[in-house]
Amino acid sequence: MFFFSYAGRHEVCPVAGEPALLVRDLYAGYDQRDVLRGVTMRVPVGARVALIGANGAGKSTLFKTVAGLLPIRSGEVRIYGRPVGACHHRVAYLPQRSEIDWHFPITVRRLVVSGRYVHLGWFRRPRPEDWRIVDAMLARLQIDDLAERQIGQLSGGQQQRVMLARALAQGADLLLLDEPLNAVDAETRAIVAAVLAEEKANGRTIVVATHDLDRLESDYDAVIRLEDGRAYGEAVLHLPEQALPILAPGVVHV
Amino acid sequence: MFEVLVAPFRYSFMQTALLAAILIGAPAAVIGSYVVLRRMAFIGDAMAHTVLPGLVIAYLVGWSLSGGAAIAGVIAAVLIGWLARRQEVREDTAIGVVFTGMFALGILLISTVRSYRDFTHMLFGNILGVTVEDLRLMALVAALVLGLLALFHKELELSSADPIYARVIGIPVDRLTFLLLILLALSVVTGIQAVGVVLMSALLVTPAAAAALLTHRLVHVMALAAFFTVLAGVVGLYASYYFNVSSGAAIVLTCTLIFGVAWMGRQITHR
Repeated sequence: MFFFSYAGRHEVCPVAGEPALLVRDLYAGYDQRDVLRGVTMRVPVGARVALIGANGAGKSTLFKTVAGLLPIRSGEVRIYGRPVGACHHRVAYLPQRSEIDWHFPITVRRLVVSGRYVHLGWFRRPRPEDWRIVDAMLARLQIDDLAERQIGQLSGGQQQRVMLARALAQGADLLLLDEPLNAVDAETRAIVAAVLAEEKANGRTIVVATHDLDRLESDYDAVIRLEDGRAYGEAVLHLPEQALPILAPGVVHV
Repeated sequence: MFEVLVAPFRYSFMQTALLAAILIGAPAAVIGSYVVLRRMAFIGDAMAHTVLPGLVIAYLVGWSLSGGAAIAGVIAAVLIGWLARRQEVREDTAIGVVFTGMFALGILLISTVRSYRDFTHMLFGNILGVTVEDLRLMALVAALVLGLLALFHKELELSSADPIYARVIGIPVDRLTFLLLILLALSVVTGIQAVGVVLMSALLVTPAAAAALLTHRLVHVMALAAFFTVLAGVVGLYASYYFNVSSGAAIVLTCTLIFGVAWMGRQITHR
């Protein structure tokens, strides 16, 4: 089976024993302005970490840099021991304000299947197994009845669930969620929380930028606070990281 | 009635024109779907106008007109792509400045020649004047445009709907935009034969805009737009045969009419 990867690289395996995300003395930002000035942090495989900090503290900048959307000015970012871009399929980033064109003539199902593209590469069309994964994810997020709708016809909460369904269809091991529960309905909140709990049980690593400070204790293994372009307060983890499985590339737990 | 429909096509130039309408309409409509959905209408218009000096220079030097237009079109695509990346001047401003300048250069060159007659075809198109040699180029462009759009369909669709996600998974979004510009330039070059420089953007925008009102799947938009454009081309042919009116204007007006009907249809069904 041929495979022409988008970035010209083939899917690489994670380095055993490396954390899901390792950031060392990172400087990054927009144009000439560094928003992050020496961020160092470490997220073990399988952890669920809250990223907090005031608006403009650099939460979104950090996510965009890890997702490869912003250049690294200096310092280092390692994802499962590999540099940014070596493993596009492993990282899923859900922006806070998605820049999706919600008026574009595309159905929910067709948008979610784009989560499989990174595994297909150029020229190949989605296979039956890709559609099966897509349908399973739509069902998990309870939007299967909306599958054939145009994406603009959904509510904000439903759109957020579409984005999460795609990230899960991608089978990413590291989920970067920017304010995923900001301004969504109670139903979406409950569904997303349940799905994220299941994903954590499956060994996925989840980093959530959040303003919801009440639930930090119960929902997360650690809290990292960004302030003045630096990261503080890596809280104690109640997780033995070696005990967690490392997922094989591209595997999706349905 | 049947006789009325068939009679024009007893002439070989009408058969050639019909073939041209299909070969021009299909790629223009399909790429026009991206032009509409990605809000590139201004770029399409600019590109059509930029091609004019290429056409005129080719005419003056005695080269193939289509060749001159194709070269000018590709140069325009490269320029737009380059301008779009720089940020000192806003993209629409830069396009407005550079490409009205190119169009003016074309007009200036035309005015150096004593007879304007040959140039009205460039400005307003004449699908009845298409030669067999032109057809060959049109077929080549149609195959290239439709083939490449099909080949990169899922990536082009994704980078149009959700460019950020496309970049996150490693799709070279800028290069795809560039490919789209080149293919747009080639479609413009052949489309000019049918409707001319001035009305070219109507051929790109109107049928696709009408189709986008009626369906919410990209491939359906493309197919419907192609159907509309070819239909308009055929109607334009009849109009110019029976009423001796400008074929380009008739084609564009038919497109406008189709859009009007589609818009009213949507108003009725989406109530």
